[in-house]
Order: sequence, then C-alpha cells, then structure tokens
Amino acid sequence: MRNHRFELMTDLTELGVAALRDGVAGGAFTATEVAHAFNAAVEAAQGALNAFIVTTPDAALAAAAKVDADRASGQPLGKMAGVPIGMKDLFATKGVQTTAASKILEGFIPPYESTVSQKLWDAGAGMLGKLNLDQFAMGSSNETSGFGNVISPWRKGDDVTPLAPGGSSGGSSAAVAARIAPAATGTDTGGSIRQPAAFTGISGIKPTYGRCSRWGVVAFASSLDQAGAMARDVRDCAIMLEAMAGFDPKDSTSLDLPVPAWEAGLNADLRGKKVGIPREYRVDGLDADVAKSWDDGIAWLKDAGAEIVDISLPHTKYALPTYYIIAPAEASSNLARYDGVRYGLRDLPEGANLQDMYAATRAAGFGDEVKRRILIGTYVLSAGFYDAYYTQAQKVRALISQDFMKAFETVDVILTPTAPSAAFALGQKSTDPVEMYLNDVFSVPASLAGLPAMSVPAGLSRDGLPLGLHVIGRPLDEQGVLNASLALEQRAQFSAKPGKWW
Amino acid sequence: MSSYRIQGATGEWEVVIGLEVHAQITTQAKLFSGSATAFGAEPNTQVSLVDAAMPGMLPVPNRECIRQAVRTGMAIEAQINAWSRFDRKNYFYADLPQGYQISQLYHPLVGEGSIEIALDDKNPEAGTKVIGIERIHVEQDAGKLMHDQHPTMSYVDLNRSGVALMEIVSRPDMTSPAEAGAYLTKLRQILRYVGSCDGNMDQGSMRADVNVSVRRPGEPLGTRTETKNVNSVRFVMAAIEHEASRQVDVLEAGGKIVQETRLFDPGTGTTRSMRSKEDAHDYRYFPDPDLLPLVLDQAFLDECRASLPELPDAKRARYTDVLGLSPYNAAVLTADVDTAAWFETLITASAAKQGKDEAAVAKQAANWLTSELFGALNKLGKGLEDSPVSPEGAAELLALVGDGTISGSIAKQVLEKMLETGDGAAAIVEREGLKQTTDTGAIEAAVDAVLAANADKVEQYRGGKEALFGFFVGQTMKAMAGKGNPQLVNQVLKAKLG
Repeated sequence: MRNHRFELMTDLTELGVAALRDGVAGGAFTATEVAHAFNAAVEAAQGALNAFIVTTPDAALAAAAKVDADRASGQPLGKMAGVPIGMKDLFATKGVQTTAASKILEGFIPPYESTVSQKLWDAGAGMLGKLNLDQFAMGSSNETSGFGNVISPWRKGDDVTPLAPGGSSGGSSAAVAARIAPAATGTDTGGSIRQPAAFTGISGIKPTYGRCSRWGVVAFASSLDQAGAMARDVRDCAIMLEAMAGFDPKDSTSLDLPVPAWEAGLNADLRGKKVGIPREYRVDGLDADVAKSWDDGIAWLKDAGAEIVDISLPHTKYALPTYYIIAPAEASSNLARYDGVRYGLRDLPEGANLQDMYAATRAAGFGDEVKRRILIGTYVLSAGFYDAYYTQAQKVRALISQDFMKAFETVDVILTPTAPSAAFALGQKSTDPVEMYLNDVFSVPASLAGLPAMSVPAGLSRDGLPLGLHVIGRPLDEQGVLNASLALEQRAQFSAKPGKWW
Repeated sequence: MSSYRIQGATGEWEVVIGLEVHAQITTQAKLFSGSATAFGAEPNTQVSLVDAAMPGMLPVPNRECIRQAVRTGMAIEAQINAWSRFDRKNYFYADLPQGYQISQLYHPLVGEGSIEIALDDKNPEAGTKVIGIERIHVEQDAGKLMHDQHPTMSYVDLNRSGVALMEIVSRPDMTSPAEAGAYLTKLRQILRYVGSCDGNMDQGSMRADVNVSVRRPGEPLGTRTETKNVNSVRFVMAAIEHEASRQVDVLEAGGKIVQETRLFDPGTGTTRSMRSKEDAHDYRYFPDPDLLPLVLDQAFLDECRASLPELPDAKRARYTDVLGLSPYNAAVLTADVDTAAWFETLITASAAKQGKDEAAVAKQAANWLTSELFGALNKLGKGLEDSPVSPEGAAELLALVGDGTISGSIAKQVLEKMLETGDGAAAIVEREGLKQTTDTGAIEAAVDAVLAANADKVEQYRGGKEALFGFFVGQTMKAMAGKGNPQLVNQVLKAKLG
C-alpha cells in the first residue's frame, strides 16, 4: 500500500488540471501529495530549465493543506482545488517578489495580490513559484529576461543546442511542457501565450480583451495585454480560464459579463460551423512544415463537420508595423513609473541630481529590448511624429478589426498557423530585432482586434519539434475557439513530450 | 475699466489676459482612486497603491468628480460633451509617480461657455462684460516635493497625487488686472455655489496660470508669457500689472517677448522666468489606454442639471426684483453662497415668527444683516460662518423689533448682549427690562420733566426753532433709557409743545 502511494506520487506530475482536480475531489490522492510531487519536479528541473525566478514550495503546500482540510470537513471545493500552478512573474503576488523579469524590480515585494492570481487561489490552486519571462513581457524567445534565459525542455533529437521556449510566457510554456507544472498563467500582448505554447507542444488561450482583469498585472501595452491559461490540453485551459476570468471594478477595461461555463460547454462536433482560412496568411516562403500542419488542421476541422471557407483579411500585412507602433508607444508611458523614486532599483551616483538618478536607474535596470521599445514608443509619440505614426497606426488597427468583423459575418472561427516556424535555437534571432518581431506575424492581428485566440499542438516538424495551430474567434466566443481547438486536439492525437534530459 | 491702458514711453499699450484656473473638485475621494483628499493631513497618509503608481495599478474614474465638473459646466452654460476621453501627459518628475498626468487634451468633458462679470462691483450701473470660457477638462493633481527636510535630499508627499482638478480655460477676453480679478472672483463664486470647489485659494484648492501679452491698441496679439500657479485674486492682479509693464519695457527697449513660463513672487510682486519654450517638454500626449472613453447618458446629465442650485446672477435678480432689496444689498448678500444661505434661513425664520411672507421681512433683514450684524462681527474679528448668533436667533431679535417690543436702538444693545452671552433676544430683553414703554402716562411724565428742565429751549422752539424737536425726543428717550415707544414719544411731545 505504501509503495503504491509512492508510485502514484511520482506519476502525479503526468496528470493535467482536470485529472488532478478530479483525483483530489474523489480521494484518489491528496492535494498535499500533488504539491509535493510538483515541488520536487520543479526543484529537479530548475537548474537546467531556469523556468522560475523564485520557487514557492511552501505556498503550494499551504494551498494544498487548505484544500485537503476543506475536503475532509466536507466544504465545497473550487474549480482548481488541489492543482498547483506556475504564476508568470508579471502578476503581482502579495509577499512574494514580483519582477516582470527586470532588474529594475528586483527585490520588489508587492503588498497586494493581482485579481487574476487571487481568483486562482480562491479557486483552490496553489503556487509553485514565479515563472520567468521576457523582460516586461517584451520578447518572443525569453532571451530578454533579466534573470537568465529559460531553456526549452525540447531538443532537436540528439542535438543539445538550447532551444527557445518562445516568449514572452517562456517560463510558463517550459514548465508545462516539462511536466513540472500542470498549468501556468500567461499573458498575451501580441502572441505571448500562443507562440510559446506552439513552441513547446502545449495549449494556450488568450481570451477576449477585457475577460481577465489587468489589475495587479505589470503593464506592457494596456490596450493589448490580456491574461490567459496555458496547460496541456484544451479542457485544462477551459477550466483554468473559468477560474481566472470575470468582471473587476478595479479595471476600467474589464468586461462586466458573467463567465460562461466553458468546460461544460466543450463540444468537438463542428457540424454547421464555418471555418475561415485567410488567404493573406499563406505568405511567400511559408515554412513547409508549417504549411503542411495548416493543411492537416483544415482537413481535421472538415472531418469534425465544419465547412471550410476561403476568406480575406486584407490589412493583415500592416498588422506587425501597427503593433510595433502601438505596443511600444503604450509601453514607453507605462514604464515611466520605474524611476527609482518609490520602489525597485535606485541608482544614485555620487552628487547626482534627480535627472541623473532617473538616467542611471533606468540605464542599469532596463534590458536592451526594453530600452529599444521605450525609444521606439517615445519617438512615435513625439511632437511632429505622432500623427504620422500613432494616429495612423490607430486607424490601421481599426481597419484590421473591421477585416475580422467582416469575416465573422460568414465564418464562426478562423484557422491559421500559430507561428511561422517551430522553435529556434537561443541566440539564433536575438541579434536581429525585426527577425524576432516577425515571429508574431500570425498572432498579432487577433491581439490588435482584441479577439479570443488559442494555440493547440498539431504535430511535429521534420526536426521533431512541436508545431501549433491557431484558432481565432469572435469577440466573447471563447467557447467557439475552445470547441474548434478541441476538434483539432482530438484529431492531432499529439502525445509527444520532451525527453527528461535534466 | 475696459479702457485700461499702459502708458509707455512711446505711447499706449493694451493688455490681453487669459486665465487657466485649476480648481480642486470637492469630493471625498481622488479622481482615479479611493483615497481621501483631506487638506493638511500628515504627509503620505492619503495615498493608495494607485496614487503611488505601484506596478499593475489601474485608474478607475470617480463618478462624483465627473458629476461635479459637468455641473460646473452647466452653471456656466457650457456645452457638455457626452463623449470625452482621458489622455496621458508624459513627463518625469519626482512628484508625478506614474510618469504621466491623466488629463484631457483632445476631447475635454466641457466645451464652450461663458461668465458675465460686473465691470465695477461697487457700482451696479457700470455694466457687465462677458468672458468666454474655452473648455473645462478634468485631470489629476501631482504630489508635492519638500526641499527643507534634509540637507541634500528632497522628500515627496503624495497626498495630493491624483486629487481631481478642473482646469477652466478662459478666452483671452480680459483687458485689465481688474477684469481678471473680477473674473476670478465671479468664477470662485459660481464654483462655491455649485459646490464643485471650495475656492480656498490659500490652501491651493484654486490657483491660476496667468497668460499675459501686450499690444498697441488695434494691433494683432503679441507674444504671451504664462505665469504659473498664482494663488490669490490680489496676486493675479499684481502679476498681470507687473508682467504687462515688464513686457512694455522690453518692447519699448527694442527687445522681443520670449514665449516662456514664469513664476510670481508674492514677496516682491514681480515675475521671473522659469523656463523658455525651447526647454518646453514634449508631453507626448496620447489617449490613456487604461481608460475607456467617458460616455454620459441622458439620465446622468438630467440629474446633474436638476441638482444645480440657484446661481448667483439669478439669485441677485430675485433679491432685487422679488424681495425688493437694494442692488447693493443684493450684491453683498449673494457674493458668497454661505452668506446667501444664512440670509435665506434668516428670512424664512423671520417670516414664520412675524407671520408675514418673506418679501415683507426681507428688506428689514437685509438692512440689519449688512449694517448691524456684519458691523458687529467685524469688530469681533469674526465672519458670518463663526457668528455666535444663528439665523434663528437673529429672526427672534428682528421679530421683537417688528412687533414693537423693542426699538431699533435697543435692538443694537440686545445684539451686543447676544454676541457676548450667546443668550436669546427675548430672554435678554426680559432680563434687562428693555421692553419698549407704550404706557402714555409714563411717557407724559417723562416729557413733562424734560420740558420743565429745559424751559429756555421750549421758548426757542416755540419761537420758531423747530430743529430743537429732535433734541426733546433724544432727551425723553434718554430719560426713559431708550424704552419709550418712538411714535408715542413724538405724539406726546408734539401735543405738549403745541
């Protein structure tokens, strides 16, 4: 019996959100056993993957103990009861260092808890630790973190070259893919949930802008930032997103709508549904593996009963330049508060005045990519350039939204690849920002339009690396996105996982 | 006053003035956070996570601040924009935690309106002038730096950070320091009536940025300077006077006016340069992505309008036209909302006590208030707000005069006792035996005694020196310690002097 329990504990890390929740609720194992299992897995992988900036095993155990006690006393259990998760270090966590992976916030311990993380704790989840990310969520490879790169658990066969876990939610994607967390929070500004999910063979959903509160989430680009769920499959994402979403009077852009029962509404039967395939996404020189995976996806959705419709999103080609004006513009202003006056890093050279302190603090605290985007944003908002860049970008943004709205008059969801390639090696693109930015080409349009979108694993490239398919839905139709994603998941039968080389 | 001119060495100059007034909105909470706004609190005790711009904090508009700004706009008959938006004004300073001020540049809450000023408040006949108001927008205040707490460091107090301000921008319609003073006074009066700002300029709840330029009469506008944060009506007038003559001196010496920001020094009454346009910040205004556009529905606007009180101009007209007050008294009693409220409580109570309608007691009450009570309080160094006599207490006193229980001169004595002791008028009259005597026998006895003692004067009077009648009245009243009924005393004297 004892041995059997021990066996079970080692296997617990193979379970996802639904299985852990149901197992705890049904008494197959305790939440404490689950927390121990994942704490151990986190510790074993930390040196190799660097997925966490800080680990919080005690927090995971405390949450688990509460769930076990609640269950013992017959209290009702929350949607995430007994499930330990990783928390992207962009969410403020009370009493636990919150850095946005920037040295400028090193040592900052918030006296408050973000709305989304609080909702997860209220739902019975526990915290394994704060996950690494691209600094201030700016990046597509996790190479801009002030606390070291996250290494993807995936390798190209026997090649030990470290691969990018995607970004900015690279700690989240690596942790879930490596089975050291059953699920993790992510945030998505231009693809930061979906692209890393695609790179690591997991699922990730960004809901409609306004579904999840931004209160307590370190801001990158306010009009685009949206929290979401990253987990092993579609059901797990649905469960977690239900726990995260909901109106928050503390966020003016939060949607005052009830949270649908997405898990209960899951249905992979797509008969009567129409799926749009945007011709503009079939770009010249599209990677052959990616093109093939997209064709597979089309066939799978047809098999699920959907009608495939060719659609046009004519302003797609302007999406990236538009995004790289709006996001840096907002960031340049959002990041002005990191000035060394009230919290975080202060660099005060001998005899420095206020201006000198600002300059020294921000020079020392911000990484290169953050500085680059602050400079871009400051430039596009400057007198004389504002109309040519920012105003123009806002107009194009409106046109991109209109493209989608027009398409959704005929189709229910849109299918595209998530990223233009499988994961690349760390260092491969970090010297050329534009090359790096191009990685967001398929994910950015949905961000600009505030639409729900999800990436699900579709298969492996010829190099044996995961590829993702991307489903975009109507505003507020997370259910439609989840259902189409479920249909893909059932047909892709994706079961590959990285070898445990650490 | 509209012909105010500066006499330069080379001829006459005209002054053009526009004011940007920052008025702190009277609310319990700040514009985008729930923090309190009490004046004079210990540093950094009125600061929320939002005000300190902690990571991940978000602004949520305070409905009451918006409501007060809309009501203010309605009070100046301005256009109310049912769709407006907040913008960020970006600049770095240690008193600005976010690194930007949330303001409204592109789409302000309130558009064009106007205020009518009296060209001479001492003389209602002097006429009026309409000063245009371009806009009112809502914005956050910054915190405060304290440079005197440490030899090498400055301290930051964020109590004011995030407090709601209305920026009320006038047209450059004023052409003299006196007009600017009258505009500011009138604006303050309206704000206090509406209740949207307490108008306490010495506490910084209201302050003005003063834009001044000069030109030869009839010529196009000259280059202006902006003198920041002037915090009293007197200082605003002084700043304009100094700045206008400084500009004239520069121009007459062949120089050019530099568009710049200046500071007023109340000690010397002069302005000095703070920064020129070349050093001006590029504020990189853009719509605040944390906030949705502000959309006001009709029900909200209706409530704002319905909640507006009677405004100063309407009230003054009613005081003269309906209550029959003199233009002077009407102006004095409507100058401040609290005075008007005091007066209205007084006439309501007086009317009730005397069984008359308000119009019948208003004149008596207004005269008494403006001459007797104001004078008495003035001697005590008190204002109406800390008057020991309440409107109800005053109504009791006026009723005693009204029904002939005491005379007007006895009423003065009673008021003094009321201010001294806090007792009621009737109690004082009773205790001190100040009731007017209507006993004809007692009056006749007193008159007889006076006439007997002044036989020579009686002779003179009878000889045609009728002016002596007042002397006999005075002597009789004196003999009766002021308690004789004046009409009866007159009657008896007339009869006896025959």
